[in-house]
Amino acid sequence: MSPSPTPRAPQRKTRTDGFPKGMGDSPRYRMRKILDRLFQIVSALAAIVVISPLLLIFVFLLSSGGSSLTWDFLTQLPKPVGETGGGMANAVVGSCILVAVATAIGAPIGVLGGVCLCEYGGPRLRAAIRFTADVLNAVPSIIWGIVVYSWVVLRMKTFSGLAGGLALSFIMIPLILRTTEDVVRLVPPAYREAGLALGIRRSQVILHIVLATARRGVVTGVLLAAARVAGETAPLLFTAFGNRVWASRLDEPMAALPLQIFAYAISPYPDWHRQAWAGALVLLALVFLMNAVVRILSKGKTR
Amino acid sequence: MSRSLPDPEGSAPASSRETDPQKIPAAFQIEELRVAFGSRPVLHGISLEIPARQVTGIIGPSGCGKSTFLRTLNRMHEFTPGVRIQGRVRLFGEDIYDPKVDPILLRRRVGMVFQKSNPFPTMSIQENVLVGLRLAGIRNRSLLEERLEEALRMAALWNEVKDRLHAPGTELSGGQQQRLCIARALAVRPEVLLMDEPCSALDPIATAQIESLIRDLREHYSIVLVTHNLQEAGRTADFTAFFLEGKLIEFESTKKLFTNPHQKQTEDYLTGRYG
Repeated sequence: MSPSPTPRAPQRKTRTDGFPKGMGDSPRYRMRKILDRLFQIVSALAAIVVISPLLLIFVFLLSSGGSSLTWDFLTQLPKPVGETGGGMANAVVGSCILVAVATAIGAPIGVLGGVCLCEYGGPRLRAAIRFTADVLNAVPSIIWGIVVYSWVVLRMKTFSGLAGGLALSFIMIPLILRTTEDVVRLVPPAYREAGLALGIRRSQVILHIVLATARRGVVTGVLLAAARVAGETAPLLFTAFGNRVWASRLDEPMAALPLQIFAYAISPYPDWHRQAWAGALVLLALVFLMNAVVRILSKGKTR
Repeated sequence: MSRSLPDPEGSAPASSRETDPQKIPAAFQIEELRVAFGSRPVLHGISLEIPARQVTGIIGPSGCGKSTFLRTLNRMHEFTPGVRIQGRVRLFGEDIYDPKVDPILLRRRVGMVFQKSNPFPTMSIQENVLVGLRLAGIRNRSLLEERLEEALRMAALWNEVKDRLHAPGTELSGGQQQRLCIARALAVRPEVLLMDEPCSALDPIATAQIESLIRDLREHYSIVLVTHNLQEAGRTADFTAFFLEGKLIEFESTKKLFTNPHQKQTEDYLTGRYG
């Protein structure tokens, strides 16, 4: 007779599900641990690579333009060639006006477009317009400059702040449309139904209930788009054109920070180069500020 | 609970009331109502008279079409793509699917409360209650104030919120939020109140409050209550309709339906042989 087997669990190196049996001392497990660690390190490095340019740019701008960033720079007009001093006050104000004009045109169109798309559009129309907006977002910004040049500048026979604002608004519209559509779609259908069930008209439901619920996201989208176009140069080259004095009206050429930086940077004068650095610093600070506002707004998001 | 619109008879047991649905004037008269979503029929010819100033419960297993039915009564299917509605629904004699009827005005006469409480998150308690009136263009301050208190008292919420009318509606507890939604619906002074499982997301205490509120509200409103909770129908409804697979199986006074159903399918459902 064969020895009667005492019933006991079979001794196995590995469990049937493929996990090693021990508590983590096998070579295979140690290898995995190392790989895991390595992945962490590589991710951290990538993060540093992403963040460091912003810090480097900021430090570099501070060292090159910080000394020129005086009160005069922010309050004085440019001095004629050869004279030192002077500032970019007109360009700072001009940039603010251009972004304001662009927002005034682009925000209502973009927001209403996004809302209508979401509330009234069928799925196919929505996909088509979303695709179009994505393509428009990828159009190089100088194209918008040319379009507005041929539509507006040639007809008005003058470069103008209005044309510059219009060119910027063309960049803003698809951006705002997409963000608006995204946040409006997040508003639960229950609120629309509740509004309709109260005998509220659909347009009122959309304006006062849906859009009100999504307003923080909508404002965030508008601000992000504004921050994006604040630094645009190409669409302004032959629309707003730039101006070395105050532009008092929207149908005159208007100064803008990116244009002024561009003009000063390619000039042969070291004093202008320093001012271009200072201008870049101001521009970066403006964009930084707008993004900070966006952060604060979206952080306060409840629910 | 304290309430300014007392209702001594409101809590009377259903048995002391009229028990024959035919003898009570109808709020809704529904004839051969058929609803299909695309090619999928959901309701197969429902004919039913919903009595006025009573609580009519609608019970049935999930997917039997009871919510679909409820939503035909205030034309909430309007924006559902591919929906087909046939048959006739009359509200106090008026065909609500007549092309001349404005669904907006219809919905001001037929209020609705949903399964999940959904106070508007951007609005205060007061704004939530008054939004229906405000967006209908009513600006008269004293009228709005009067309706605010009236609606909140009717919904048995006034005493709990009168000192914080400007707090966000979403700050309230679940049961309070549902009563806020009821107040919001009542503020436009509808004639009918449709309730789609209003207690299914609430705890037993909040449920009891809402159920007692429903019993009180029937003095002023015709109420249609969809519920998948049989006890709830038994406790709250004067009449109960049993739906199964898109058909109306039986419509009776709640007491009769629960104690002595005519149809075998009703009995099977009540004794737990379906879903």
